[in-house]
Amino acid sequence: MSRMTGAQMVLEGLQREGVEVIFGYPGGVVLPLYDTLPQYPGIRHILVRHEQGAAHMADGYARASGKMGVCLGTSGPGATNLVTGICTAWMDSVPVFALTGNVSRTLLGKDGFQEADITGITHSITKHNYLVMRAEEIPLTIREAAHICRTGRPGPVLVDIPKDVFQETAEFDWPEKVHLRGYRPTYEGHAGMIRRAAELIDQARRPIIIAGHGVIWSDAQAELVALAEKAEIPVITTFLGIGAFPEAHRLSYGWLGMHGMFYANMAADNADVVIGIGMRFDDRAMGRFKDFNPGAKIIHIDIDPAEIGKNFPTAVPIVGSAKNVLPRLTEHVREAKHTEWLNWIDQVREEHPSLHIRESRRMLPQYVVRTLYEETEGNATIVTGVGQHQMWAGQHYFFKRPRQLISSGGLGTMGFELPGAIGAQIALPEAEVWAICGDGGFQMTMQELAVVVDENLPLKIAIFNNGYLGMVRQWQQLFYDRNFVAVAMTQPDFCKIADAYGIRAIRVETKAEVAPAIREARAHRGPILLDFMIDQEENVWPMVPAGAALSETIEAPAEELAR
Amino acid sequence: MNPSSNGHAPRKRANHHTVVAIVEDKPGVLMRVASLFRRRGFNIESLTVGHSEMPGLSRMTIVVDGDSAPVEQVEKQLYKLIDVVKVSDLSQEDIVARELAMIKVRCNNVNRHELLDIANVFRADVVDIATNSIILQVVGDEDKIDGLIKMCEPYGIRELSRTGRIAMVRGTKTTTVHEPVPEPIARIHEKQGRRVEGELPFSSD
Repeated sequence: MSRMTGAQMVLEGLQREGVEVIFGYPGGVVLPLYDTLPQYPGIRHILVRHEQGAAHMADGYARASGKMGVCLGTSGPGATNLVTGICTAWMDSVPVFALTGNVSRTLLGKDGFQEADITGITHSITKHNYLVMRAEEIPLTIREAAHICRTGRPGPVLVDIPKDVFQETAEFDWPEKVHLRGYRPTYEGHAGMIRRAAELIDQARRPIIIAGHGVIWSDAQAELVALAEKAEIPVITTFLGIGAFPEAHRLSYGWLGMHGMFYANMAADNADVVIGIGMRFDDRAMGRFKDFNPGAKIIHIDIDPAEIGKNFPTAVPIVGSAKNVLPRLTEHVREAKHTEWLNWIDQVREEHPSLHIRESRRMLPQYVVRTLYEETEGNATIVTGVGQHQMWAGQHYFFKRPRQLISSGGLGTMGFELPGAIGAQIALPEAEVWAICGDGGFQMTMQELAVVVDENLPLKIAIFNNGYLGMVRQWQQLFYDRNFVAVAMTQPDFCKIADAYGIRAIRVETKAEVAPAIREARAHRGPILLDFMIDQEENVWPMVPAGAALSETIEAPAEELAR
Repeated sequence: MNPSSNGHAPRKRANHHTVVAIVEDKPGVLMRVASLFRRRGFNIESLTVGHSEMPGLSRMTIVVDGDSAPVEQVEKQLYKLIDVVKVSDLSQEDIVARELAMIKVRCNNVNRHELLDIANVFRADVVDIATNSIILQVVGDEDKIDGLIKMCEPYGIRELSRTGRIAMVRGTKTTTVHEPVPEPIARIHEKQGRRVEGELPFSSD
């Protein structure tokens, strides 16, 4: 043990937890920490341009690598700017470790300059948070917080440290083990329940697996494939589950939900046994709860017991991680064939292909995504914002591996794309990372282009520019009688903006230019921005209208297909 | 019969559940629990919290309106809080449930004796007496307290304060936790001069 300042303890602790990168922004009360940073050359600090960017970068970093992402902000506005990013990570169960400074202990609660009760503010959007009132508590706190952050169902934590605690010295007493009486995630899964699930699967004539984000986080793709193949169960994923199962697999039937594939929705709605794995039966995936496939028996495998039975009654609950439960379930299920059922889904898919891109002279956004898929041979890591472009990216790029699609699903945070992609690119310096951006969302966080330049990241940025908040425009068109309010946007010249940062940019105005521009971007070694002037009024199909059931999925109307 | 016709009439309690949570005795824990109930839309009928037989742990008794949420969800959501160590749903148990109330009732020389008779029937204590008022202290289940309140109403209730329910399972069964404070935390507590954890002085099944 040795004596250290609180600031040293924080960095020493994070380093011992394996942290290599911190996304942060300095300010008054975290100055002692920044002053200490050069003593820890093993920790790379990325200077963001807005704290929201720091939280999204930590999130993108975590989603791309599976490691914990760390973001840092000063007190008051620095901390509150992190909130959107923390909540994004919370809704999607991403291990983000948020570190904030606060005013000195004597000023806490006195409404001093830049004071915010950030632990109070983030109670409901973190797995746990801490206000550290003594330097000697820092090692234990860092250890516990990191443990909570990445074990069980992962999720964000926040550690708030007053300025004078950073400056206080104490013994650095690093606990070897974390022992929390109130926190013991179950990984194994109940043997009896696993047997019951296997029996139910064996009896099923029309089983379906719905795989979610949890399969990706427990690194269980191979285990999932083994189960699906042994019992010949078709697999669909949730939007966040994309990549949990290889989309080229013969048992893969895309993903379900509001903009999921027609046949995936129908399969889910006509199954007799639904096996939800690492997913939470969310409303965007399941449609109107009370009318979701009333005949289905649900087997729900999730590491978070509170998700089981929350939205749907469950026939067989299994609390555990997919990684541990799936092999045991596979062991117990009988080999089976479900030819009739697969033929039925195939038939629906043939009649309602959902992913067919019509011939058109316009630059259809679907075409841009599909061309990107073909040019990158399906190997790129795709990070998206939220809205139409997000859905097209999920639909028309076909994903092979977990962590290949990174997107804000639960919170639906516009502006996630650029900082999320920066985080992913920093986690995977050798990978080809594409930020697929909406023209609206891009403007929410585009200041982070400076980070791309600072760090010389080879990031490819594709803006889907239709001059509209496209998804909102789509809803106004369909459900608000074409009363378009506050959706048309005058966009800046994105190429000039890139240029101002010293980033190369290409405007892509015709369909013929799409593939060459993508090739040029891929050949370029540094960052590059492509401004795709996509068709302005294209809508996302199929669609389950808000509040409708999956059985009410509607497909593209004929007049739109004629455009 | 309309139970709400009288402000103090016994409320319908058919679907009230008593949940006992053992929580770490840390700042903010009450807020975490209260905030959880608020954001999930669980209605709290009453909540009491105090020290328990275990150093470093508090016992929280929550009466929750089961119509607002399935008790199972309440339990599971409580367990998600890191500071919550154990949750017991006592709804199906044979329990002793008690509440304490203090009632300040208007009275004078003429009717004080009547009021004292009523207090006697309810085995309520007189804890303060003045020329124009009297404070009755009563312990019992909600129905008993509601009954006394109803009897006091005609005299005029100046002030009423109730603690909310605390509960215990009858017999040897308990809601206790047999787990000492983790060693690294104990070390910090020791340095800070807090109580040092020892063996539990008793055990139960």
